Amino acid sequence: MSGTSHTRNPFTQVEIPAVGVTVEHLTKNFGSLKVLKDVSFAVQPGEIFVLMGPSGSGKSVLLKHIVGLELPTSGRVTVDGHDAASEVTRERVHMALVFQSGALFNSLSVYDNLALYPREHRLADEAGIRQKVMHALKILSLEGTAKKFPADLSGGMKKRVAIARALVMEPQLMLYDEPTSELDPVMSATISEIIASLREEYRVTTIVVSHDRDLALNIADRVGILMDGKLIFLGPPSELKQPKDPIVADFLAPKFDLKHPRFKQLET
Amino acid sequence: MKQITAILEGFGSTLQLLIRSIGYAGTLPRQWGRFIEQCYMIGYTTLPIVAILSFFIGSVLALQAGYSMQNFGTQQFIGSLVGLSMARELGPVMVAILVAGRVGSAIAAELASMKVYQEVDALVTMNIPPARMLVMPRLAASLVMVPVLALIGDLVGWFGGALVSKYTAIISIEPEAYFAVLRHYTHFKDVLNGLVKAEIFGFVVVLVCCNIGLNTRGGPREIGASVTRAVVVSLILILVLDYFVTQILT
Repeated sequence: MSGTSHTRNPFTQVEIPAVGVTVEHLTKNFGSLKVLKDVSFAVQPGEIFVLMGPSGSGKSVLLKHIVGLELPTSGRVTVDGHDAASEVTRERVHMALVFQSGALFNSLSVYDNLALYPREHRLADEAGIRQKVMHALKILSLEGTAKKFPADLSGGMKKRVAIARALVMEPQLMLYDEPTSELDPVMSATISEIIASLREEYRVTTIVVSHDRDLALNIADRVGILMDGKLIFLGPPSELKQPKDPIVADFLAPKFDLKHPRFKQLET
Repeated sequence: MKQITAILEGFGSTLQLLIRSIGYAGTLPRQWGRFIEQCYMIGYTTLPIVAILSFFIGSVLALQAGYSMQNFGTQQFIGSLVGLSMARELGPVMVAILVAGRVGSAIAAELASMKVYQEVDALVTMNIPPARMLVMPRLAASLVMVPVLALIGDLVGWFGGALVSKYTAIISIEPEAYFAVLRHYTHFKDVLNGLVKAEIFGFVVVLVCCNIGLNTRGGPREIGASVTRAVVVSLILILVLDYFVTQILT
């Protein structure tokens, strides 16, 4: 972690205080299904917090609470001290979520995907928007893709375009939902490097939801592990190298047992 | 009970979407490009099918009327029957049904697909209200284009009736006589009634299809289900509203 609590705007270089996130006793039910059970943790301004857990453990649902797309059944999520679900918070704090699928607008070119936010919020004239978009594409080494459409891009490029689109929003808080899923190991490492570089250069508070062990061990300041909706680990990645908890150890380095395969022990 | 709750929820969410969209009406001038694009989608691309359908509705109307009226020797009044039927009822209803089938289904599919593939969520996280960017330009375009389609439908239907009246042996009425009767019995108020109906139907169809598309949940399979639901609900609403609007306007 850089140790400073100011986020630097990638376009204007102006520094503003970095934001923190607090999750307090968060519980979320979908009907009778309990997805999150009394989850509490805090993300410090400027740190990279990686939230890990197996598929279906509630990681993405938790991320949606932070960005205000879901409302808690009970408990509270605050961003920079304000209720995450409030529209005022979204106006006050620049948050950008990089979706697992990228969620690029398929009917728009890469350039227009990036230009949408500044255009809709009238942040600059067309020349200023062009400068900003091209700068964001350059940061992510995507200059040649401006005229392409999302359907013409590879999986790795889509993720990078999604990160560039998030960057154009001049975020104080960057959230990534499974940024390395469906990517080959080299591209996964590239995306991890991008996330770490953006934090180093601009000191953006970063929350990454992933089950990529390498990403967590290499770039996280702290890691949380969510299992069946409960937070079972919270600490620095160094503690994950030799975890004491057997459940955490099994999640991070599952042993193969072909005589007693796991899938035969799963509940239906 | 579950279905009643679903209907009430659908009604409530449609009303909420309407109020939110009206609230963004002031942003229309800076969404001019989107508005024109939607006018093109709703108006221009629907025009050929409206023209073909209206032509044959007018033709069949004249043919059936001619067949019935020959018994009474009143074929000369076919112009009034076709004129009034097209202007007051068949023009607006058929255009609304076509808009539901062609435009409403496309809107529901596009918005449902955007919802399923998280594009709508992306808009929300970018603090861009979907009602402003996706719904309001479509509603505005429907208000402008659907009455125009209905008017063109009326004219083409009248023309179809005139052609059949001239070239069908049992009718054999010259276009001059056909249009003279049509003009005598079909007043501007009748045409205006039809245009008001088309305006209401088109607006409701677009609103309902937007709402169903934006409320799609689940995977790609739900996109198809949403399109079906949007078209079915639109058709039912057109016919139910037709009764009440006709009552009010008559």
